Amino acid sequence: MSDAMITIQETVNGNDVVLFMKGTPVFPQCGFSSAVAGVLNHMGVKYQSVNVLEDTEVRQGIKEFTGWPTIPQLYVKGEFVGGCDIVREMWDSGELQDYFNERGIETPGMTG
Amino acid sequence: MSVRDDIACKLREAFKPSRLEVIDESHLHIGHVGARPGGETHFRVEIATGAFHGMSRIARQKAVYDVLAQEMAGPVHALSIKAEDG
Repeated sequence: MSDAMITIQETVNGNDVVLFMKGTPVFPQCGFSSAVAGVLNHMGVKYQSVNVLEDTEVRQGIKEFTGWPTIPQLYVKGEFVGGCDIVREMWDSGELQDYFNERGIETPGMTG
Repeated sequence: MSVRDDIACKLREAFKPSRLEVIDESHLHIGHVGARPGGETHFRVEIATGAFHGMSRIARQKAVYDVLAQEMAGPVHALSIKAEDG
């Protein structure tokens, strides 16, 4: 396994919620990454973000990690949830909050 | 053949969809990273096919990505997918 793969594996295993994205939650550099970060921010979910633009090997490696060719990618408790389209669909249907809560992830932004 | 036609053709062949729309949204991304003059970089695909029956969201999207692997590695910068059983 390459160094990048090890880094990815450790990040995914070591954090409940991980978002691989272009840019950062404060300065996203792609509309799709921005959309997913925006949903997580709105829900108040605590997550670890990884800016793939900072590391070419991670940027390439994350595509091979799950065989998913695009960024962003969201992982919860080590499980790949999906990219922008899937997160958006789950958000629209209300499924995303249940998904987090069922896994013991708090969504304090969603009160009331 | 345009990239758009190419995408539509491959998807039709692979999934025999009951509904298929391939929309070039490149004009919405002018000036963004990955955009090129002439467009054909950002696409939205809406596809409904019985082939997706019983498949998870991830599996459906992945099936579409797999069919379009060449385009994804080449001219297509972004592909948004809505994949339904139908």
